[in-house]
Amino acid sequence: MQIIKILFKNAFRHKLRTGLTILSITIALLAFGLLRTVINAWYSGVEASSAYRLVTRNAVSIIFPLPLSYKDRIRQVDGVSGVSWGNWFGGVYIDEKNFFANFAVDAKSYFDLYREYTIPDDQKAAFFRDRKGFVAGRKLAERFGWKIGDTIVLKGTIFPGNWEFVMRAIYRGREANADETVFMFHWDYLNESLKKTAPTRADQVGFYMIGVKDPGRAVSISESIDALFKNSFAETITETEKAFTLGFVAMSDTIITAIQLVSFVVIVIILAVVANTVAMSVRERTNEYAVFKTLGFGGWRIVGLILGESVVITMMGCAVGIAATYPASAAFGKAMGAYFPVFNVEAETIVLDIVFSLVVGVLAAVIPVYRTLKMKIADGLRMIE
Amino acid sequence: MDAGTIVSIHKLCKSYHRGDQTIPVLSDISFDIAEGEFLALMGPSGSGKSTLLNLIAGIDQPDSGSIVIGDVDVTTLTETELAKWRALNVGFIFQFYNLIPVLTAFENVELPLLLTPLSRSERKAHVEMALRVVGLADRMDHYPSQLSGGQEQRVAIARAIVTDPTILVADEPTGDLDRKSAEEIMDLMDRLNGESKKTIIMVTHDPRAAKKAHVIRHLDKGILTNADHQDTL
Ligand SMILES: Nc1ncnc2c1ncn2[C@@H]1O[C@H](COP(=O)(O)OP(=O)(O)OP(=O)(O)O)[C@@H](O)[C@H]1O
Ligand SMILES: [Mg+2]
Repeated sequence: MQIIKILFKNAFRHKLRTGLTILSITIALLAFGLLRTVINAWYSGVEASSAYRLVTRNAVSIIFPLPLSYKDRIRQVDGVSGVSWGNWFGGVYIDEKNFFANFAVDAKSYFDLYREYTIPDDQKAAFFRDRKGFVAGRKLAERFGWKIGDTIVLKGTIFPGNWEFVMRAIYRGREANADETVFMFHWDYLNESLKKTAPTRADQVGFYMIGVKDPGRAVSISESIDALFKNSFAETITETEKAFTLGFVAMSDTIITAIQLVSFVVIVIILAVVANTVAMSVRERTNEYAVFKTLGFGGWRIVGLILGESVVITMMGCAVGIAATYPASAAFGKAMGAYFPVFNVEAETIVLDIVFSLVVGVLAAVIPVYRTLKMKIADGLRMIE
Repeated sequence: MDAGTIVSIHKLCKSYHRGDQTIPVLSDISFDIAEGEFLALMGPSGSGKSTLLNLIAGIDQPDSGSIVIGDVDVTTLTETELAKWRALNVGFIFQFYNLIPVLTAFENVELPLLLTPLSRSERKAHVEMALRVVGLADRMDHYPSQLSGGQEQRVAIARAIVTDPTILVADEPTGDLDRKSAEEIMDLMDRLNGESKKTIIMVTHDPRAAKKAHVIRHLDKGILTNADHQDTL
């Protein structure tokens, strides 16, 4: 007990020095935490995607459509539990910089597949009833201050014209990592309009979403679906939603490596800072450690004193760093909300923070511990202040 | 070893090496210290007094020779055994007190007891007793920076006696004190020797301090003179 008390007191003997060291650990962990949170946000769509869903698209490219008639044939494939479809609409709200994802979807079948999105029953009914109705994610509605009943106009880019919609519902995610920034309206509304204005583009689907009963059979089901349309004028590629999303967002290996390298460099710098602080403090107190040894304090107690002090300092930095990561991420997420639908600090980031701090604390103490253990008492006592 | 001898030193040699140079410090030193003796080691600076004291106290190792204290030849002990032995058998008093600045007087005195199996309340009783002996029971919660030099040295003496060691070693215990404080410290040492029959080995430059000792030995160029017995009464 007494040893712990001493090492705590030692850690805060030079308040400024210790404070600055803690600050640098805090900043490093903050940078590390934000970096990881951004990457996680980037990949959150992948994490959130369900293993129970497949996506079918045109084999040539996602920008080429598939006939609507495929839906009945897909539904008959063994193991398929539901089929929905939609188009990327690509509408612009007032200005390009107000970017958000907007889709035309077959609403009923779509929300049957996306059980992780919840809509209050009355809103859902109102949305299904209104041909021009749309549903917005909670965050999206908050971002623009939309209320139920508001009329919103999107300027079509892929489908020209000004398109008018009425907000009928707001959906929420059941899980924290759900994307609450999407705008969805009735595919029928888009299709009816196209029939009048551009009949050749009608009855064309951008993608099919397919529910499967058994994720373990995802591969064989995908193969069966693609086999159906082999050698037709619109061949398909079917893959899991996860693979599909990953195809969009995956960063290059180079970027990932660069980020890992930066994290590593940050840790090395912090190690240098802490090691310097500990080495300085221990050197100044050589005489005191000599006294401890003179009194009969053995190796493990000396190790405990020095190592403990080092770890106390890094763990203080760790605690402050973790505490700062949450509000910083929240602020960052708010500022970047349009680009990152989900911005949460992961438990794994916190665990890594703690592990790194511990490792740095231990490594920083290695040399001072070694020197102190090796020091001859008589020499240590000779060093007066 | 004669009955009543507590320390027996035989053919002790010690030299230091600097580069390929060998600096002999102690050569062929042999003498005994009787139980309850108050020995003063004197001699010019650099004559090897601290070196000899450190060897007796088990914080340094000789090149050759033996030092038997009680019935243990400390020169044969390993580092770990020595640490354990010191904790039980030696009380240290340094010139610059060497208190731990972040600990109170009480906590400083308690330090050596942390290595014993004593309970917290037993430790407390021992510490209070030791501080009472040195007359600082009312300064228990003071930090070293809040004490005068003389008081600091008394706390250091309390720390040295709290484990009731076999021998007390002191390296110029009054070297950093004014005359009055030095006198108080010497009176305290004298009392410890007289009342508690503590064997004390003290290095000093101060003839006034040496007066309290029963035996004075002079060290010069690594050679020890014969004992110079004096009547302290
Ligand atoms: N670690 C060491 N390395 C090399 N030489 C040393 C070492 N320690 C002591 N010496 C040398 O040994 C000699 C004796 O030193 P010691 O400290 O025992 O003298 P001393 O009698 O206590 O002197 P003082 O009265 O000044 O304290 C000195 O010449 C000193 O320079
Ligand atoms: Mg000396």
